Amino acid sequence: MNELVHGALYGTLIATAILSTIAMGIWFERKFAGRMQQRLGPTIVGPAGLLQPFADIIKLLQKEDIVPRDADRGLFDLAPILAVVCSLGVAAVIPFSPSIIASDLDVGVLWVLGIGGLMVIPTFAAGWGSNNKFALLGAMRAIAQSVSYGVPLVLAVLVPVVLSGSLSISGIVAWQAQHHWFAVWPIVPGLPAFVIFFLAMLAESNRIPFDIPEAESELVAGITTEYTGAKFTLFYMAEYVHTLVGSALGAALFFGGWDGPFAPGLHWMVLKTLTLFVLIYWVRWSLLRFRADQLMRLCWTWLTPIGVALLLVSAAWVTFGGTN
Amino acid sequence: MEITVEVQSATRGSVDPHLSIHAYEAEGDLMLLHFGPQHPSTHGVFRMDLHLDGETIVKATPYIGYLHRGVEKLCEKLTYVQQTPIVDKNDYVAPMTNEQALNMAFEKLLNIEVPRRARYLRTIFAELQRVASHLVWLAAQSIDLGGALGGGSTLFLHCLRERELIMDLFEEVSGARFHYNTHTIGGNRHDLPDGWSKRAQAAISQIESRLSEYEDLSLGNQIFVDRMKGVGVLSAALALELGISGPVLRGSGVDHDLRRDAPYHAYDELEVQVAVEQGGDCLARAKVRFREIRESLRLARVAIDGIPEGPICSFKPTRQPTQVKLTGGQAYAALESPRGELGTFVIAGGDTPTSPYRLKIRAPSLHALAAIPYIVPGANVSDAVAILGSLDPIMGEVDR
Repeated sequence: MNELVHGALYGTLIATAILSTIAMGIWFERKFAGRMQQRLGPTIVGPAGLLQPFADIIKLLQKEDIVPRDADRGLFDLAPILAVVCSLGVAAVIPFSPSIIASDLDVGVLWVLGIGGLMVIPTFAAGWGSNNKFALLGAMRAIAQSVSYGVPLVLAVLVPVVLSGSLSISGIVAWQAQHHWFAVWPIVPGLPAFVIFFLAMLAESNRIPFDIPEAESELVAGITTEYTGAKFTLFYMAEYVHTLVGSALGAALFFGGWDGPFAPGLHWMVLKTLTLFVLIYWVRWSLLRFRADQLMRLCWTWLTPIGVALLLVSAAWVTFGGTN
Repeated sequence: MEITVEVQSATRGSVDPHLSIHAYEAEGDLMLLHFGPQHPSTHGVFRMDLHLDGETIVKATPYIGYLHRGVEKLCEKLTYVQQTPIVDKNDYVAPMTNEQALNMAFEKLLNIEVPRRARYLRTIFAELQRVASHLVWLAAQSIDLGGALGGGSTLFLHCLRERELIMDLFEEVSGARFHYNTHTIGGNRHDLPDGWSKRAQAAISQIESRLSEYEDLSLGNQIFVDRMKGVGVLSAALALELGISGPVLRGSGVDHDLRRDAPYHAYDELEVQVAVEQGGDCLARAKVRFREIRESLRLARVAIDGIPEGPICSFKPTRQPTQVKLTGGQAYAALESPRGELGTFVIAGGDTPTSPYRLKIRAPSLHALAAIPYIVPGANVSDAVAILGSLDPIMGEVDR
């Protein structure tokens, strides 16, 4: 019972914190992109445009909810909700400080990969349910991409698991707090594994340069072509949640999570997460987009073999006592 | 220079996608995707009907006419002097060259010599306009490749920033940012304001210094190169058969440029280095345009230094729209617009002597779009967007 209350309380807190971070994150991204593009970004709503995300959300929620006549109503309505649930679900097992964690699962890594992998279902439901050719093409691409990039993602995540000997994310963080961060030491499986994790995570959350399922210059808006109003908002939110939670996961698995000197653990975790989050923006607003087949080639000819090699190296590292 | 390339209609047969479509059952195996006219990256209101096998395009059928405004018909009603600002809207990325092409035809019709100073001014405007137009091409191409919510838009906005410098220069001369109306029959309407040459040189230096940044962001970017290389290969023979000109033709390895081959304005006094790239793919076309930007900046700089003194118009400038009266005759004049051979064919006479009987504009973009059924099949949807961007069509000019 105690655990249930703890989970419900912290789960609500973490979800609220993530959603409000995203609102401000959107403001920050727009300012950041504006500066990169020789313009100001939002300036009108509130001081320095700070209230812009809220204005955006209110505007989106006021929009008419349009459902195409021949859409598969059930799938069409279910998809955006599922998308948010799947992307928020990952956050359940991420420790934001030694005590702030919604549910300290023993198999946290497995949970993360499983829930993350479920993201394919709302994507396909949206693409199929919309009864739109652009959406269908987008869904087709998204599935190929998610399934393919799931492999290097798993391989990269397994490196810290093998090195720390724990499947629980808080266990992995605690191990790093005692010893060293995996991105720093052992540098050979650690840092490349992080790079692979980062790329795979960009692909899983459909971010440039891997945002081909959306590809608005090709597929209009991909799976979200037919979505309006609140449902579109949910998709939009799910994408940001996915990115933010992915950043938090990266910070926890490779950069020691809440571990850091001088300040409470939560501060360090937030700092590391937001740094990765901004890095994703930076990549997003500077790079162009790959083509679907180039994306697959990158996955299967580079990331996956390197991932396997890194896993073997980390296994050897542990076997021959490199850690202790 | 005379181009002699044997073009057999067999050329068309070997690449004709319509022949291979019979292998498919049209209803069962293929998906018909209406790509445009309401689509973010069709450069306006172009439409392609794509038959897709999975995501591979089996057949592409271009449809034009969504931006038809009846400009040629309108020109039959307006007097010769009134037509200049109307044609500005044809190629809305390079209005200056439209005016020049039109007035060159009228000058040829009337047998009027343009003063040397005006010819220099026209050269400078044409070259600066080419730079501005190619910057817009790069901007649009990067949006096509990178999306409006990503790296593409960053390059887009930076390109438009440099274009703004040129727009400002034109605004100083003509007072307008789009409908310049600065060319007229027999010369130019507006002389350069004081200090314009110095400001133009400064702007050219600034664009030159930033151009290498854009080259790093595009040609130096592995993703850009991967997306463009080997995509949309257009053979020289097919390009010639379809009447394609400009950077698209030069990207296919044909050394043809009206500025050098049939000099007009002051080009006979300037040495034009024509940029030619082999390959015929999107990357070759991109390289041609980058080299042309540099060459145009160089030409503009030389021309600005060499502006002679003298009158800017040989025809008595009046505000009388019925100034020109003709009962017969015809003329064709063409110039190298940023997109290729932009020609105007005019037949004088008809019911009213003050306006032409028929005016036909030969738009290079229209010919470039004719390549789509041949070079798009075999590519996928992403490539189709890149190919369309590399052809750099302006629908205002295609449909007129």
